[in-house]
Amino acid sequence: MKGYASLVKPYIFWMSLFIVVPMLLIVLYAFTEHGNALMAFRFTLDNFLKFFDPVFIKVLFKSLEVAIITTLFCILIGYPIAYIISNTSERIQTLLILLITLPMWINMLVRTYAWISILSDGGILNSIFEFLGLPPIKMMYTDFAVMLGMVYNFLPFMIISIYTVLAKLDKALIHASHDLGANPVQTFLRIVLPLSMPGVISGITLVFLPAVSTFVIPKFLGGGQYMLIGNLIENQFITVGEWNFGSAISLIMAMIIMGSMILTRKIDRDASDTKNVEGGKAW
Amino acid sequence: MRKLIEFQNIVKSFNGSLVLKGINLSIHENEFITLLGPSGCGKTTLLRILGGFISQNEGHVYFDDIEISNVPPYKREINTVFQRYALFPHMNVFDNIAFGLRIKKQDKNTIEQKVRKMLKLVNLEGYEDRPVTLLSGGQQQRVAIARALVNEPMVLLLDEPLGALDLKLRKEMQIELKKIQQEVGITFIYVTHDQEEALTMSDTIVVMNAGEIQQIGTPTDIYNEPENRFVADFIGESNIIDGLMIEDYKVKFDDQTFECIDYGFEDNLEVDIVLRPEDIDIVPIDMGRIKGVIKSTIFKGVHFEVVVETPYREWIIHTTDKVEVDKEVGLHFFPEDIHIMYKMGSY
Amino acid sequence: MVGIKKHNLTKFLIVAGVLSFFYLPILSLMVFSFNDSRSLTSWSGFSLQWYKALFENREMMTAITTTITIALISTFVATVMGTLAAIGISKSRRIIKELVLSVNSFPILNPEIVTAIGLMLLYSSLNIEKGFLTMLLAHIIFSTPYVILSVLPRLRRLDPDIAEAALDLGATPLQALWKVIVPMITPGIVSGALIAFTMSFDDFVISYFVSGNGVKNISILVYTMSKRINPTINALSTILVVIITIVLLVVNLYPFITKKELKEAE
Repeated sequence: MKGYASLVKPYIFWMSLFIVVPMLLIVLYAFTEHGNALMAFRFTLDNFLKFFDPVFIKVLFKSLEVAIITTLFCILIGYPIAYIISNTSERIQTLLILLITLPMWINMLVRTYAWISILSDGGILNSIFEFLGLPPIKMMYTDFAVMLGMVYNFLPFMIISIYTVLAKLDKALIHASHDLGANPVQTFLRIVLPLSMPGVISGITLVFLPAVSTFVIPKFLGGGQYMLIGNLIENQFITVGEWNFGSAISLIMAMIIMGSMILTRKIDRDASDTKNVEGGKAW
Repeated sequence: MRKLIEFQNIVKSFNGSLVLKGINLSIHENEFITLLGPSGCGKTTLLRILGGFISQNEGHVYFDDIEISNVPPYKREINTVFQRYALFPHMNVFDNIAFGLRIKKQDKNTIEQKVRKMLKLVNLEGYEDRPVTLLSGGQQQRVAIARALVNEPMVLLLDEPLGALDLKLRKEMQIELKKIQQEVGITFIYVTHDQEEALTMSDTIVVMNAGEIQQIGTPTDIYNEPENRFVADFIGESNIIDGLMIEDYKVKFDDQTFECIDYGFEDNLEVDIVLRPEDIDIVPIDMGRIKGVIKSTIFKGVHFEVVVETPYREWIIHTTDKVEVDKEVGLHFFPEDIHIMYKMGSY
Repeated sequence: MVGIKKHNLTKFLIVAGVLSFFYLPILSLMVFSFNDSRSLTSWSGFSLQWYKALFENREMMTAITTTITIALISTFVATVMGTLAAIGISKSRRIIKELVLSVNSFPILNPEIVTAIGLMLLYSSLNIEKGFLTMLLAHIIFSTPYVILSVLPRLRRLDPDIAEAALDLGATPLQALWKVIVPMITPGIVSGALIAFTMSFDDFVISYFVSGNGVKNISILVYTMSKRINPTINALSTILVVIITIVLLVVNLYPFITKKELKEAE
């Protein structure tokens, strides 16, 4: 319409240079030998083979393990909270959502840093334990600390995702379910839970992705020796200088993430095929 | 017919405003009873109190002689057809209808049988596997009715179920609903603001306004003998006139005295008078006791809607005669067409 | 609803529990920013020394300036570029629309570290020296997609005839854009700008990989400083928390205040 469409052209150029090219570069570096790739263009799979060392595979599995457990905890804690909030009065809902989103606006580093003083050996929690006559617990630099930090950072996303769907749920459906003889528990299991799945799925996406790729939280709360994939990549680029290997690891991580997204979407679609969630949309 | 439900002095307020001001009402077995009134009159509130979705502030609700005010909705033998159907979007037609039966843990074959019977009743055979989100408004509505009826409740509550349908479909569904009620033989409690709908379908109409019952009666009673100005105005078109009941069978208005067939009012009582537009004839000016000038005439298909201006008021008349604007005419009606009502608030 | 017992106490405790979980670390952070000693775990007395140290710390002040400058500039550029791009996208053919939106979503869907190293490789390949400009550019790159996603829904809901009506009445395409389209999508532009600003202000991963030459924003500074215990970080954090809280309160209470003024004016 009257040339407004051509407004998109400059952005297409911008994206090609600043979004597409960088990604192609990562692929390029991953498949070439050490050194400035544009000069010495020699195709190789060595970078990927290097990854299949037990040390690195261990890092991969650890990252997946931590990310999955974090996601699970976020669902286990996040769903009940979202459910409770969605059933309060509108004013309280607004207040609670505000309270939950406020920490999200505070810098992630600052929020993670705060846990150091709480979890350290001489820290706040251990001081309380001492005061109560309990033995001190080592929490810093453990899996527990890292997962705690992750849940702390990502839980609000899960809560908001699920809450958004629950809040939009037509209350008449719940009335109808009661009208037809289902008690509140049956209503939850047969009506509310299935219809809230889209929120859970998008919550999983918002938690799992950063949980797999983060390196700040493991670094602060896991210590220098604690390596997840994100740390590995950072290490390769910043400290070791092995850009090719680092790129290969990034590709592997990207593949895994893409794979899990496709998997979750497939699970969602299979569920909705039998239960016709979005059946009415003209897709 | 046996009394099935009784409302005793139901009072309900929301946020400080009184929505139901002390409702007393009995509903009988097999009755098609309609709660009729404008938005905000409290009809839906009363229905929801019966369904168990809200509680009254004062008063009792009896079902089969048992007080049910503390019984949750999933334990009442009442089912509801919701205004916007509230069909479960993640289930198909069959699963929606079968929902209540599955909760009751009935066996698979019985469920299959009952659901198919319902589908036949509402004319949706073959639609079992359709996702409900793909159905038209009319089809969704029929699924909602089937879903409620399949549970064989003693009472079915219908909250303005035809509101979202277009005119033709609405009229078809009105007839179908009445037919279903008579076939199945249960009590239907219907809520609407559409007086034509109420007149078409009901055995009994309860006219409500501002949280109070204005009149209870059969459609003909309500139409022909409205008890007050509100009912007369709400049902059908009327000419409502201030008058004076001189004595039995004699009423005075517009400086003339007319014979009428009402009696039992105090002598010289100020009353409201109703004359239906279709009961008034336009006649040559010498032949009518009331004389006026034709102000406008609008063709409405079934009749002309004519406005006649007299020195006292404007009259609305429905006639099949074609008349000319600005013509001087007379108005004629019979004594039985004059209907006397007490003025509101005076009884 | 009738007949249901409300387990209000349990619900309250669960919600209170989770909220405490969220706020305890922040509170401890704030409390210890006023600590008289260097400890983050034992209280020695009230002191404002860390705030003083914060303002005297050259490096920190520079970092704060850098952060704010980059946030403001990148937000401005991203908002303008993103809005224009969104308008272009909304008027484009379906194929182009889908292609552009897919590529546009890469920075959003990709883990930050992937975007970061991609840019790092780009700068290196083009032999660009890392510093202030590279960081600024990077912020614009990753913020613009969010602006686009914020403005696009508003554009979709816009009456397609509106621009035509303006042109019919004699406006040039530029005037129609500025006087008709933009005012109607302003809420989307504003929320896009806010998202862009926040993402830039808080950014760590991408900034970390693409900056050099000693150029640091607040996040990078916190990262490097946190290797040793330093309550100056607490002071900075406290200030940030207070500012954010005030902003959020104002934003959320603003509709109530204006409503009240309207009521009083009646």
